[in-house]
Amino acid sequence: MAEVFFFLAAIGALAGAIGTVALRNPFYSVLSLVCHLLSLAALFLLLRAEFLAAAQVIVYVGAVMVLYLFVVAYVGGGEDPIRAAGSPGLRWASALFAGALFVELSIAVLGTGLTAFGEEGSGWFAGYGTPGEIGRLLLTDFLLAFEAASILLLIAAVGAVILARRRAGLEHPREISVAEMLRRGSRDEMTGGEAGTMIEAGGPPQR
Amino acid sequence: MNIEWYLVVSALVFCIGAGGILVRRNPLVILLCLELMLNAGNLALVAFARAHGNQDGQIFALVVMVVAACEVAVGLGLIVAIYRRRLPIDVDELRELQG
Repeated sequence: MAEVFFFLAAIGALAGAIGTVALRNPFYSVLSLVCHLLSLAALFLLLRAEFLAAAQVIVYVGAVMVLYLFVVAYVGGGEDPIRAAGSPGLRWASALFAGALFVELSIAVLGTGLTAFGEEGSGWFAGYGTPGEIGRLLLTDFLLAFEAASILLLIAAVGAVILARRRAGLEHPREISVAEMLRRGSRDEMTGGEAGTMIEAGGPPQR
Repeated sequence: MNIEWYLVVSALVFCIGAGGILVRRNPLVILLCLELMLNAGNLALVAFARAHGNQDGQIFALVVMVVAACEVAVGLGLIVAIYRRRLPIDVDELRELQG
């Protein structure tokens, strides 16, 4: 039974991956990646990584892909011809490179002594991969990685807000820059009392 | 199922993602292909964690998911900034930094 589910999920994952690369409209590429991620969550479940499968569905399919869909809808990338840089020969060279990489990885995987692990893998215990076990590990053995990941997420969120802010130079009096903000301390005198509102994030309305 | 099957699927997905990054020119699709490659790495990590019978690989996969989320946030912010400056959304056209 596990074999049937494995092949179904693997075919779904590969079809989703090929669709992501081959479909011309970025919107359909994102939807294809959603299919790929759901199949991958099924593979995680087969590997007894329950918490990871749930996190995959909630974080990736639920949050990150919706972010992608919003940006694709905002930017409005229509039909995008698939062509490599320079001459069309480079496209075939790219495909050739990917094929060579797969052959190399397959040799690395199949040519080693991985069969020693046996059919069902080694030790498996009750509670393997459950949220409780993962949470215990995150708060004991991997506490430093956990905290570093949280700081990284904070930095990325602040960076994304600063990058995506609407601006085209700083000549407008109500425009604020981060360096200016740090130097002068008070934000109200620059933004005219709109600090912390969506008007501040959006910048001057005429741009 | 033997562990090798999962690793072969992971290698295939990784190569499809690498080929997509080389072929596609739209930065949005390039970010999607990066996601493919990161997820292939995740699958290999979880498969090895299962083979060894401990959960450290799953923690590593979780951290990879966090890094992927950060990369998406910054990458999409860059794409929105590019779009607002009326620049073409094509990695071949954006060559100001090339000198």
